[in-house]
Amino acid sequence: MSCELAQTTIHGYFDGELDAVRSAEFERHLERCAECQSALAGIESLHTRIQQSNIYEQVSPEVRDRIRKQIKQAAGRTSATLESSRRKWFLAPTFGALAAAAAVITIMFFVIQPRTQSARITAELIDAHVRSLQPGHLMDVQSTDQHTVKPWFDGKLDFIPPVSDYSEQGFPLVGGRLDVVDGHNTAALVYSRRKHFINLFVWPYREKEFNPDNSGSRQGYNWVSWQSGEMRFCLISDAAASDLRELKDLIHP
Amino acid sequence: MLEPEDRIRFEQLVLPHLDSAANLARWMLRDRADSEDVVQEATLRAFRFFGRFHGGDARAWLLQIVRNTCYTWLGKNRPAELMTEFDEDVHQLPAANPETLASQADERQRLTLALESLPPRFREVLVLRELEGCSYKEIGEITGIPFGTVMSTLSRARERLRQTLTVAAAKEAF
Repeated sequence: MSCELAQTTIHGYFDGELDAVRSAEFERHLERCAECQSALAGIESLHTRIQQSNIYEQVSPEVRDRIRKQIKQAAGRTSATLESSRRKWFLAPTFGALAAAAAVITIMFFVIQPRTQSARITAELIDAHVRSLQPGHLMDVQSTDQHTVKPWFDGKLDFIPPVSDYSEQGFPLVGGRLDVVDGHNTAALVYSRRKHFINLFVWPYREKEFNPDNSGSRQGYNWVSWQSGEMRFCLISDAAASDLRELKDLIHP
Repeated sequence: MLEPEDRIRFEQLVLPHLDSAANLARWMLRDRADSEDVVQEATLRAFRFFGRFHGGDARAWLLQIVRNTCYTWLGKNRPAELMTEFDEDVHQLPAANPETLASQADERQRLTLALESLPPRFREVLVLRELEGCSYKEIGEITGIPFGTVMSTLSRARERLRQTLTVAAAKEAF
């Protein structure tokens, strides 16, 4: 090859990486240079060939799952280590060494376990809430009528979620769907509050809960969760925390 | 310190690019099983370093880690492959054997073998540009090749791939 432009500049031109001035200059040159014209045709045909060959390698679903699991584990490890070191520091001076060790072990079982567990579940719920807001994910059954939504869950869950409409109080029921939280099939009821959506997650939770009522805010989402009998309830939304508490008081006065 | 919300952010920002990661690793290592291990390792590593990610191009950030993990893996397990960079014009990897190439009736297989025969440094820019559609700036970020050199590297890589395919086609004609 003798034309210098045919060796490098032409690639920048083909890839759209030249600025406007250089691109226009090259186009003027291209009109007169047979070598560049044939080189450009070559680059184009190679490009087409690669595009049509279908050689792009996607990640397999198995590997994707494995990676997700590992990341969950890794995330769990870091928060568990943090909690346990904090506890140790507080308790060690109070009890003797042995008592401290026993206490740490006890705490690991009864306090940290549920705590990190509830932190993990909260993270999962926020995940589920965010996912539900993606187009087409919010509702499996769309109805403002509780007598339509309630039977829809029949046979889909091994428990019966309480379904009520609170339109008069400013929280109209708009629909429901199935979700999975903490490995359980979960009922998700969707309420609206002005222009915000509120997800109410309901799932069976029979383990002893250390901190039955809690609430908080993360990434701009508020959540309120509580226990009633063997059921766990959690409201999540970008609506105000006071709205969530109001709705909670309607559901369980 | 990674908080639970970091995991959510990681899943939202970084995990959507697992296909890109898998594709780059597969072409760098020329082996599916090995590349799966490396993608897994690289993604976990990315998660550990996620605190250092300050927004921007999450795909380029992940691919940079995948690419480095690939080179580390190659250096440990197949150091000979990295040596070919020094005499890239003389040495060809086994798959480039023109007879092998020419006998491949399947276009997909032919292109695969031709691409696999290129030195890793050519292969990576081709994969990033032609399969991943990365800009020169992104290619520079991912590979560490200075921005001004991306174009000429890509030019040589394309030329080499074209030659390899032409030789194969000529052999086939006989």
